[in-house]
Amino acid sequence: MNLGTRKLLDRSFTALGVGSIVIMGMMLLVVLMPILSNGITANVFRGTIEHRKLLYNEFRRGDHAELQRQIAESDAARRKAYAMMAAFEAEMKLMSEEKHAGYQEKYDQVKSAMKALLGPVPGEELPELTRFKYGQTRWSKAEERLHELLYEKQWDYSNPDVEAKEYDVSRAASFQGTSLVKLFPYVESNIDRMLLPEWTVYWGFITDSSIDSHMFGGIWPEIQGTIFLAVGAMLFAFPLGVIAAVYFTEYAREGFFNSLLRSANSTLAGVPSIVFGLFGLAFFINTLKVSESKSVLAGSLTLAIMILPTIIRSAEEAILSVPKTYREASLSLGSSKWNTIVTVILPAALPGILTGGVISLGRAAGETAPIIFTAAVSVGSAIGLADVFSSPTPALSWNIYNLASEHEAASEIRHVQYGMVLALVTIVLMLNLSAIILRARISKKLKG
Amino acid sequence: MQLSAEAIETPKTAQTAVRDIYLPPERKKISGGGVPHLSAKNFSIYYGEFEAVKKVNADILSKYVTAIIGPSGCGKSTFLRSINRMNDLITSCHTTGALLFDGEDVYGKFTDEVLLRKKIGMVFQKPNPFPKSIFDNIAYGPRLHGVKDRKTLDGIVETSLRKAALWDEVCDRLDKNALGLSGGQQQRLCVARTLAVEPEILLLDEPTSALDPKATAKIEDLIQELRGSYTIMIVTHNMQQASRVSDFTMFFYEGVLVEHAPTAQLFTKPKDRMTEDYITGRFS
Repeated sequence: MNLGTRKLLDRSFTALGVGSIVIMGMMLLVVLMPILSNGITANVFRGTIEHRKLLYNEFRRGDHAELQRQIAESDAARRKAYAMMAAFEAEMKLMSEEKHAGYQEKYDQVKSAMKALLGPVPGEELPELTRFKYGQTRWSKAEERLHELLYEKQWDYSNPDVEAKEYDVSRAASFQGTSLVKLFPYVESNIDRMLLPEWTVYWGFITDSSIDSHMFGGIWPEIQGTIFLAVGAMLFAFPLGVIAAVYFTEYAREGFFNSLLRSANSTLAGVPSIVFGLFGLAFFINTLKVSESKSVLAGSLTLAIMILPTIIRSAEEAILSVPKTYREASLSLGSSKWNTIVTVILPAALPGILTGGVISLGRAAGETAPIIFTAAVSVGSAIGLADVFSSPTPALSWNIYNLASEHEAASEIRHVQYGMVLALVTIVLMLNLSAIILRARISKKLKG
Repeated sequence: MQLSAEAIETPKTAQTAVRDIYLPPERKKISGGGVPHLSAKNFSIYYGEFEAVKKVNADILSKYVTAIIGPSGCGKSTFLRSINRMNDLITSCHTTGALLFDGEDVYGKFTDEVLLRKKIGMVFQKPNPFPKSIFDNIAYGPRLHGVKDRKTLDGIVETSLRKAALWDEVCDRLDKNALGLSGGQQQRLCVARTLAVEPEILLLDEPTSALDPKATAKIEDLIQELRGSYTIMIVTHNMQQASRVSDFTMFFYEGVLVEHAPTAQLFTKPKDRMTEDYITGRFS
């Protein structure tokens, strides 16, 4: 092979490598960008007066005097709309029975659209659920509701061969000739004054509890639950894993029993996480009865069992990679085996052990299946530290799934789902980043 | 018959490989030294079935420097490492015969290998300081054996470093990581670390093979300094080094102790044909 060919080969391999890294990076961007851009909207958005009312009523947050001024301003704009509706209701009473019935259904639609947009009509009894007590808190949602108020959705069945198409029909047209017809242009042009949107940074999304099953409020219970579960899992798995790794590398004699243990450990690392979840339910809750039903404790134990093989493996690798010479040096100075392990080998293996530990911590934070049956509830408040032995907790991973697929108003709270995903991704990334930094710092200290 | 200090001046025929022992005039006789510190009696070392060291009979005299030479794979390192039981790390390794240290069998049933290693220190082929500060490296052994007082530790660290001729070079950076030192300094640090636990015997396993000539010279000077205070055994590939630093030399070939004699005699008038071939470079 001549020099030219060799160089060409080298270059093409370099190009291949760089290319694949670029493709991977772009794929990562494609995944992360929507998470980031949509997740941010949970924190930063154009909030309406309804949002500020909610914050004040539920959390006593915000400037009361300013809020009252804004409420007065928006009420002034709203009052005219409600007056138009009241006038139409009076008009309907004077209509013939037949005409009245014709308008009633359409008017009810308008009324519920108005309620969805601006909240309950003044003077009516307040509904039970918080989600019906307020109008749209987010401007982007308000715009959608406004569209629903202005236009009626109709389906075009004219061609039986193709799927029916939907099209919009102006509601104003169907109230032609009545007093209500003025309502639609009025609301459309005065929606700003009715809702007073302004850019809001809502950090409470991270620190608040949710209100009315995630319709409003934040995701703190989920974040806290995730931290409890992951840290709890580490408390069990990390010491156990390191001790097991020390046994495997330092004490175990090569033999049938030892190789059996090792292969059992490898097999355990490949078991699907849902199996661990069922195991946790059957073993920790039903057999050992560590708690009466789901609890953080049971979930942590289950997660611990799941990440244990990984921790053992990485700790084993780290211990084996400690130079033999350290061991020899320590032993030759009259150190016992145990002392050598504690004072020389484990400190030198610490970067590797910690890296494995933090990566496992990230995995424990992100796993869904093991906690479905053992620890997670879909909605709940943040639990105290003393309750971890008996109470279940909401957790990010499980609630992301729950909100996206099982929530009764899943499409209404997309921003919460994205916000949770962003929070989870951030937590896991931060854990991994801290692992890298920790590793670098300890290695630097060891290398001098 | 046991070797004794008199044997050094009055050559006698012995059962052991050591015969006609005498020291050249430039090598001073060490007072109080010269009693057998280590005695191997039909001592064999096996790796599984393989007999790596075969029925060695030898006396190592106290406070003198004994060099062990021989071609690669002749069992010289295995023999050295068996003295403070570093071979215990290899599970398949076992021994027969006896190796007596001050009259006690090193491989006896009741021997505490941890205590043994405290008395028989070892320096390895590659410098192997711990990834800790220079101070902590030296203080590791004393701390291990119960010295906690900071002042005492300071004293031990200084004397050990002085003995290893390293004090002047590192006294102003004792808190720096030992891995920042040069190879030669690291090796002298390892010597100092071993001296800090006050051993009786110092085993050096090719201590200069990873070092440059200048650092090698320093280590050799250091061995000369320590001669007379410790019983020193040094495994080396370098025959000039053996002749420079040692009082006695053991020549191993394929696990057999071929010749054990005062260095000057072994290198000038070897008794055995094989020794002659080896030191003249006819094989290696």
